[in-house]
Amino acid sequence: MTASPASPASPASPASLEVSGLAFAYPDGHQALFGVDFGIGRGERVALLGPNGAGKTTLVLHLNGILGGGTGTVRVAGLPVGKKHLAEIRQKVGIVFQDPDDQLFMPTVREDVAFGPAAAGLKGPELEARVVAALERVGMREFADRPPHHLSFGQRRRVAVATVLVMEPEILVLDEPSSNLDPASRRELADILRSLDVTVLMVTHDLPYALELCPRSLILSDGVIAADGPTGELLADDALMRAHRLELPFGFDPRSVTMGA
Amino acid sequence: MHQPSPQCPIFPEILFSNLRPGIGATTLPTTTSLLHKVCNKPHHRTVHVPDGFINAPTSAVTGLVAAGALAVSLRGARRELDERTAPLAGLVAAFIFAVQMLNFPVAAGTSGHLLGGALAAILVGPYTGVLCVSVVLLMQGLLFADGGLTALGVNITVMAVVTTVVAHAVLRGLVKLLPRGHRTVTAASFTAALVSVPAAAVAFTLLYAVGGTTEVAIGKVATAMVGVHVLIGIGEAAITALTVGAVIAVRPDLVYGARGLQQRLKLRVNGELVDAPAASRPEPAPVASRSHHKLWITGLVTSLVLAGFVSFYASASPDGLEKVAHDHGIDKAEKEHRYADSPLADYGVKDVSDARLSGGLAGVIGVGATVAAGSGVFWVVRRRRTAAEAVEAAPSSQAL
Amino acid sequence: MGAGHTHRLYRHGHSPVHALPPHTKLAAVFAFVVVVVSTPREAMWAFALYAVLLAAVASVARVPAGFLLKRLLIEVPFVAFAVLMPFVAEGERVDVLGLSLSLNGLWGAWNVLAKGTLGVAASVLLAATTELRELLLGLQRLKLPPLLVQIASFMIRYGDVITDEMRRMRIARESRGFEARGIRHWGVLAKSAGALFIRSYERGERVHLAMVSRGYAGSMPVIDEVTASRAQWSYALTLPCAALVVCLLGWTL
Repeated sequence: MTASPASPASPASPASLEVSGLAFAYPDGHQALFGVDFGIGRGERVALLGPNGAGKTTLVLHLNGILGGGTGTVRVAGLPVGKKHLAEIRQKVGIVFQDPDDQLFMPTVREDVAFGPAAAGLKGPELEARVVAALERVGMREFADRPPHHLSFGQRRRVAVATVLVMEPEILVLDEPSSNLDPASRRELADILRSLDVTVLMVTHDLPYALELCPRSLILSDGVIAADGPTGELLADDALMRAHRLELPFGFDPRSVTMGA
Repeated sequence: MHQPSPQCPIFPEILFSNLRPGIGATTLPTTTSLLHKVCNKPHHRTVHVPDGFINAPTSAVTGLVAAGALAVSLRGARRELDERTAPLAGLVAAFIFAVQMLNFPVAAGTSGHLLGGALAAILVGPYTGVLCVSVVLLMQGLLFADGGLTALGVNITVMAVVTTVVAHAVLRGLVKLLPRGHRTVTAASFTAALVSVPAAAVAFTLLYAVGGTTEVAIGKVATAMVGVHVLIGIGEAAITALTVGAVIAVRPDLVYGARGLQQRLKLRVNGELVDAPAASRPEPAPVASRSHHKLWITGLVTSLVLAGFVSFYASASPDGLEKVAHDHGIDKAEKEHRYADSPLADYGVKDVSDARLSGGLAGVIGVGATVAAGSGVFWVVRRRRTAAEAVEAAPSSQAL
Repeated sequence: MGAGHTHRLYRHGHSPVHALPPHTKLAAVFAFVVVVVSTPREAMWAFALYAVLLAAVASVARVPAGFLLKRLLIEVPFVAFAVLMPFVAEGERVDVLGLSLSLNGLWGAWNVLAKGTLGVAASVLLAATTELRELLLGLQRLKLPPLLVQIASFMIRYGDVITDEMRRMRIARESRGFEARGIRHWGVLAKSAGALFIRSYERGERVHLAMVSRGYAGSMPVIDEVTASRAQWSYALTLPCAALVVCLLGWTL
């Protein structure tokens, strides 16, 4: 989308996301983040795990500058998140919220997908082509003229992904992508995510899903990154898991899973 | 008529045979039947002013008043909610729309439901409230043919503007006078809703006096309207107060009318939104302009009420009163009666013979002039401030 | 409200009326109703002609008479009111079948009945031939303030969602054996209403976040715009123009 005015940073493509020393307290005094540091390279798929109340949502809202004002920095593709580059940052960071009904606010699927690029100034056939391409990537092209309310939950979630993909983001951030999906929809979404050529950060409680899709995981606990490593290893570390209130589903053994393509 | 009453629902209406006691009859209804009930009932009971009830010139002028009120509200809402206006007001409008369908059973077979004007004013403030209720009315008119298109201005003025503004003014006044506390807000909500409904009735009566299409003693109209609507207002008041109380118990920060009652922990307003209650709803700058506005509102309300009562006393004859009271006494529950009273007067000549000439000319000239003036004003306003124009004006200028 | 609602009057179709740009239809219906309302009530034949005009539109739009009439029956409760007018109104009275009626009231009843019914019929035709989405685009094209159109479109988008939440709350209440039977149960119902408000408002906040995340900065991008050719305008305006002729005749004859 809009050509970035200046791509500063190093000539070698910078990491998709760099978070350093991020701390934040809500206006009511509740502090949610206590110095978060991590980086995600271009094209990586990373899961962000953590118990309820660990600060995951707070962290996500920092990635595109909805929350801010604490200390520390967030850089997206080398660009610091801040008032100055907000429009560009929001185009680069595509957040898919948990409830697709919140995300799909326009009267029809097509308009919803078009919303982001149109807000960035795209119009006419170019806009149309982008919308069609994005819907095709999630297999929802024939639903373009439907009102979102008429779609199944799984379809709505896929459209929600399209609304973000259409912006051609640097990094796709998914908040609980598998919640409320039946097994078939869950698998379809996994196939779609695997087929995408973008950096993915996936916030989830669904540990098998994280294992299936993300080679690497971060554990956010009490507002700091408590662990960072290959998903399989983290999930197999019982002590670590217990310490952060993470539990595998009954009968699921991460060691027995062979990671295919 | 019904105008105000139109929506008025709250009270008694006999539910015709097919409608059973209030909500869910004794047997467990299936999902679809529930949905059906939810979706269908209300519409049959909500009657807005139809076309032909108020004459064309009065409708046109009222349309302009509504347009002006909307313009003011658009600006006010934007000032309070900034770019969150569209989603928040839209969702609140959807809420009002839905909650009007919630049945409150009264007693065997009858039930009432909310009009929502006062509730909207108390929960989200007068500006956003006016917008939400107006949008609901607009959509009801376009999607469900509920309320005449030429009467849209009348419907908006009476049901959205007068109700909301009166409720807000009463609430504000009481909250200031009474000791601070959540109970006060609930009690004030009751009074605000109670007053707002008959106030709308009075406003309608005045409109009818000016531009009603049938000649009826205005005293009768006033008595009937106010009488019935006081009853309706009691139901509205009870539901409104209970609902406001329920919201205050959980999220006092969301209740516009309760603003400033609680000492919020020190708020650091840091640029970005989120955490809406805190960041977005500090008692904003518009305080000054609001009080200005309030003055204006108070003046308007006072004159409305005065005018209502004066004309009432001026023209009411004892017989008229008695007769109406009688009518009402018999069965206020019945729909017909609502209609019976409301509508009525018209001092606008219409004496057949010269009506053609004078009325006709006046009508044509009146409509033409107001539309022209309206278009002119809007043209100017819109050039200066795209966000602030109003409904009605555009369509009418296009239409003619 | 909203899409998918049993109550919506829209009838899917491909008639020439369906195909007209929404703003031309809105303008035409509005102008038509204005003309009807401005017609002197004594010109009874004029109203018959208006009805014929609407019938013609209905047939072009392939809206069956039954559908239209049924909607009219449901949406015309003010008939009841009109019936009472002759009894209540002032002025000269006449005796009809032993009842003393006001002449003025009779005229008034006729006036409301005729104009109101025509108004409802015209609105029903509009709603029957215009999709929700199109109505919004039409309003936008007619220069309704954009903010108002946005509020309306959010209301329509979320009307079903909220109504659905309300329904689920009711099912939850009933599943726990609660049944509202009278005023003493209002408290519980009002709590539901209050909860519904909170949910709606919070959803509004989340929707706003989602919008901001996709670059919203206060104004909606224009994605679709409807345009009308001169021919379409003149086609749509045939109705009000014909009505205007009738109206002028009504004043002069």
